[in-house]
Amino acid sequence: MKCQFCQQKATIHLTDIVNKKKHEVHLCDECAREHELIPDDKQEVNVPAMLHFLVAQSRDEKRKQSIDGEACPACGQKYAQFRAQGRLGCPAEYEVFRSALEPLLERIHRHLRHVGKVPRRYRQGLQERERAELRTLLDAAVREERYEEAVALRDRIRAAETAG
Amino acid sequence: MNLDSMLPTLGEWLKGTGPEGDVVVSTRIRLARNLADHPFTNRSSNHEKAEVEAKLRDCVTQLDLPHKLRYVEMGDLSALDRQFLVERQLISRELANVLEGPRGAAFDDRESVSLMVNEEDQLRLQVMRSGLALDAAWDEIDFIDDMIESKLTYAFHEQFGYLTACPTNVGTGMRASVMLHLPALGMTKQIEKAFKALQKINLVVRGLYGEGSRASGDFYQISNQVTLGKSEAAALTDIREVIHEIMRYERMARTALVRESRQGMQDRVARAIGTLQSATMMTSEETMDLLSSVRLGLHLKLMEEVPLETVNELFLHSQPAHLQKLMGEILDGEARNAARARYLRSRLRDSAGQN
Repeated sequence: MKCQFCQQKATIHLTDIVNKKKHEVHLCDECAREHELIPDDKQEVNVPAMLHFLVAQSRDEKRKQSIDGEACPACGQKYAQFRAQGRLGCPAEYEVFRSALEPLLERIHRHLRHVGKVPRRYRQGLQERERAELRTLLDAAVREERYEEAVALRDRIRAAETAG
Repeated sequence: MNLDSMLPTLGEWLKGTGPEGDVVVSTRIRLARNLADHPFTNRSSNHEKAEVEAKLRDCVTQLDLPHKLRYVEMGDLSALDRQFLVERQLISRELANVLEGPRGAAFDDRESVSLMVNEEDQLRLQVMRSGLALDAAWDEIDFIDDMIESKLTYAFHEQFGYLTACPTNVGTGMRASVMLHLPALGMTKQIEKAFKALQKINLVVRGLYGEGSRASGDFYQISNQVTLGKSEAAALTDIREVIHEIMRYERMARTALVRESRQGMQDRVARAIGTLQSATMMTSEETMDLLSSVRLGLHLKLMEEVPLETVNELFLHSQPAHLQKLMGEILDGEARNAARARYLRSRLRDSAGQN
């Protein structure tokens, strides 16, 4: 494997896993020294510098998709402000910053989907949407002559109607 | 706004009459809610906060509840009155002292229900119960939440549930806390061991006055941490199981203490009551610790000259804001410690004399 900076043989390999994504960096001795990953006099590895280097590398990769500077169109708060204060600005941000929030929510709660109480208003809307979806599926099944599936779908719609 | 009429009464949750009252002081459940189509409190202008406050105040004061709610605007209260409500656990420290702009709280005369407006979330509902009463507290808060939801639209997301300003509360928005009195586990140094099990199942231990507070007087709060991906019922079951476990440890430790050193325990309780009845300077910390010993003594039947309700009342009345209201003057430092000692002396000598 070649050093990603100078095409010489890479002798240093760093791997970091952040949010289940793996980042790798490969360098030759010379470039590693240049980035102060190996001190000249000692044989010890400079751990803090290495970590910093890795973080900087993965940040570079992500720069294009970085949302730090992105602002919520509803309330104007930037993601960076949320990172600094730990409080979101408005309900819409859960959607706007979803890609950055999901790894965070997973770390906090170990889950990504709400289970439990649903407001009555919302539940009614949801049931209607579900029923509409089932009806679409039923129509398709009938059209394509998948009758067993159609019967199952019809039963589910009936069950949903009596429950709702 | 005059809150002094509340001074001689105790919130029902503090009466010590609930289930498992020897170990469990109280149960509290809170729900975090926000209105759809409004920025969260931290991102709201004063004008927007006033609008949200008006909406929520109208809604909650008109709820058809068996115990009517009374709304108090924080701006109408002195710092002392706000602290008074914090000590009664009707409002948070944040609502009292940290947050700004239009904000307030509504509570009933039993002090069992309290709704904070424009806290970190626009609406924080809270129900308190004496002793271990997770189901009763949940049923009541669920009912009130439904009533409010029939009048207003909450910020709710299909995937993330009830949306909150802090991602640690999103989902159910529910935090259930049980306040425990664990003097025997403290005395026998088993408390760390008992709590180690909690970390594994994502429950949090805090002191009496919430986050970051020291566990003075051997009071501990245990609450759920996860709000996303676990239903309210499942979270309550987790807590209930752990509480039963800790209650068992505490009772075992109490039995062992009495069996192994009955005289030593009796002495400890007698010294505690003696100090409370005769000291001339008393900090709030020391008061908590001594009252904790007295409370333990009462439950172990090592003494009976003081009624339990008096002890529970003194836990509250010896807090700074309550004390200053009782004394009718602003007191600080040494003057406050002297006043506290005077008050404790008179209350405990009176009640001992009655028996």
